[in-house]
Amino acid sequence: MAVLVIADHDGSAVRDTTNKTVTAALQLSSDVDVLVAGKGVDAAAASAAKIAGVKKVLTADSDALGQGLAEAYEALVVPLAAKYDAILIPSTSQGKNIAPRIAAKLDVAPISDIIEVVDANTFSRPIYAGNAIETVQSSDAKKVITVRPTVFKAAADGGSASIEKIDAGAGSAKSKFVSQEIVKLDRPDLGAAKIVVSGGRAMGSEDEFKAVIIPLADKLGAAVGASRAAVDAGYAPNDYQVGQTGKVVAPDLYVAIGISGAIQHLAGMKDSKVIVAINKDADAPIFQVADYGLVADYKTAVPELMEALSQAGK
Amino acid sequence: MKVLVPVKRVIDYNVKARVKADGSGVDLANVKMSMNPFCEIAVEEAVRLKEKGTATEVVIVSIGPAQAQETIRTALAMGGDRGLLIQSDTDLEPLAVAKLLAAVVKEESPNLVLMGKQAIDGDNNAVGQMLAALLDWPQATFASKVEVSASSAKVTREVDGGLQTIEVQLPAIVTADLRLNEPRYASLPNIMKAKKKDLAVKTAADYGVDTAPRLKVVKVAEPPKRAGGIKVESAADLVMKLKNEAGVL
Ligand SMILES: Cc1cc2nc3c(=O)[nH]c(=O)nc-3n(C[C@H](O)[C@H](O)[C@H](O)COP(=O)(O)OP(=O)(O)OC[C@H]3O[C@@H](n4cnc5c(N)ncnc54)[C@H](O)[C@@H]3O)c2cc1C
Ligand SMILES: Nc1ncnc2c1ncn2[C@@H]1O[C@H](COP(=O)(O)O)[C@@H](O)[C@H]1O
Repeated sequence: MAVLVIADHDGSAVRDTTNKTVTAALQLSSDVDVLVAGKGVDAAAASAAKIAGVKKVLTADSDALGQGLAEAYEALVVPLAAKYDAILIPSTSQGKNIAPRIAAKLDVAPISDIIEVVDANTFSRPIYAGNAIETVQSSDAKKVITVRPTVFKAAADGGSASIEKIDAGAGSAKSKFVSQEIVKLDRPDLGAAKIVVSGGRAMGSEDEFKAVIIPLADKLGAAVGASRAAVDAGYAPNDYQVGQTGKVVAPDLYVAIGISGAIQHLAGMKDSKVIVAINKDADAPIFQVADYGLVADYKTAVPELMEALSQAGK
Repeated sequence: MKVLVPVKRVIDYNVKARVKADGSGVDLANVKMSMNPFCEIAVEEAVRLKEKGTATEVVIVSIGPAQAQETIRTALAMGGDRGLLIQSDTDLEPLAVAKLLAAVVKEESPNLVLMGKQAIDGDNNAVGQMLAALLDWPQATFASKVEVSASSAKVTREVDGGLQTIEVQLPAIVTADLRLNEPRYASLPNIMKAKKKDLAVKTAADYGVDTAPRLKVVKVAEPPKRAGGIKVESAADLVMKLKNEAGVL
């Protein structure tokens, strides 16, 4: 069986979500190709070619692909699909944008956000905000799947796949890129970070969020996350939202500060290795998943934590 | 301009889903059900378009059991004009839902379909994109801002890393994210008025759409439980434990 992985990349290299999706693909078959699409993708393609186990890297280059327009991805991937039995895409916002569109064109039932490959036709995925795990068996000859990256190990480098340029296909005149505001972070990416520090509604303002959460994250070399309440209130940008309908993270250490632990938030972080919660309400549900809970006002606890970290050489 | 809003009846977002003992699914008996929150946001956006005079008619459609009529009535009380239930007693997969919605679109010819980005039961995040594909319409998913003109919609989307703005020609599919708006509560007079609004009931067979499942649910299980943690006394104690016990610092 032949599998195509659609790479997630930043233009200069593939993101580790791609390596993790390759791992899931290799559990299906040893015949795995990677598609690197975008605008100016040579460097990213070279990094994809190094992933161990990848046979061939396909590259497609166009403005519309670089802009992530779903119609352009449909035009590129649907004809390619004839040669593959499964298409795997990391479950990023772009993966979620394009996978169902491609599946519908192929008359295939997409399988979203898998966390386990049981066999070539059977997959597990969380439903109901992760309160249940559903195992489904697909009767479609072709599969279109998004992969939750946090649960698969990243495939290591060590390969030397061939790189082949393919026709980018035509986009659609019905959809056009206008602008974007993408913030370049000088800190670890939320999805890939080993440590995540998240702040909640308790922060009360954007300034307070910046004064409390950011220095602690900097000290720990951590990525910054937030609850929906903090994002809705404008304390943090929308793509910091951790949860059922935001980002799913599973770092070695997750620190939740002033977050109550609603089921929608837990859905995005309860697979973290170690969870720390600081909350002044001893009954906050976040303590039910926290390995270490500190019942305290963050206003005193966070400065003390900064101090204790300094003393521990951080 | 006509706007179509598909809404799904799902478990209330405040309720924690419980897996049935026999592993066949999630127990929904006697569980509070509500309109999917993302669908509420889509309804709100459509009603605002009508209030601004951009939209002339807002049609609400749901595919689900007879009780989904209540969900449609809720949307009508928020300001929808009329409703359509495609009654189905089994929970249909996104592909079947998208095919039925495509059939409804062919019949109704809306200029815009506003829907949720995700239903919080199956967490698929798929139907909008699939409907767009089946109709060959452009899609603007995860919308946090929508500006509709006569022939196009300018949509700001929540994407990884920030925000993206695209312009799609109408007719188009737009799926709502959390920050698009804050849905209103229906007032009592509007709830009363909604009872008199037109609500048609049909079945999948009326549309001649193949809704056979492609996925067989082998089992539904509880996720692994986290072992209980401990409370620490102080920040210093916390750092010591993270360093020596957990080994994560
Ligand atoms: C459709 C839908 C999708 C959603 N998706 C998500 C999602 O993806 N992610 C998400 O996070 N939420 C999501 N939510 C929202 C979720 O239900 C909660 O409303 C949200 O997570 C609450 O955020 P919070 O914990 O910051 O705020 P709150 O629940 O208000 O909690 C604030 C906490 O701070 C504590 N506190 C206050 N002051 C202090 C202090 N000085 N020191 C210490 N502690 C203090 C309080 O005790 C409280 O526990 C979603 C909701 C819906 C309906
Ligand atoms: N049974 C249904 N009836 C009407 N609309 C639906 C149904 N299922 C999904 N939708 C629409 O599709 C959106 C995304 O759902 P999903 O792809 O299932 O996560 C929802 O917010 C609804 O707008």
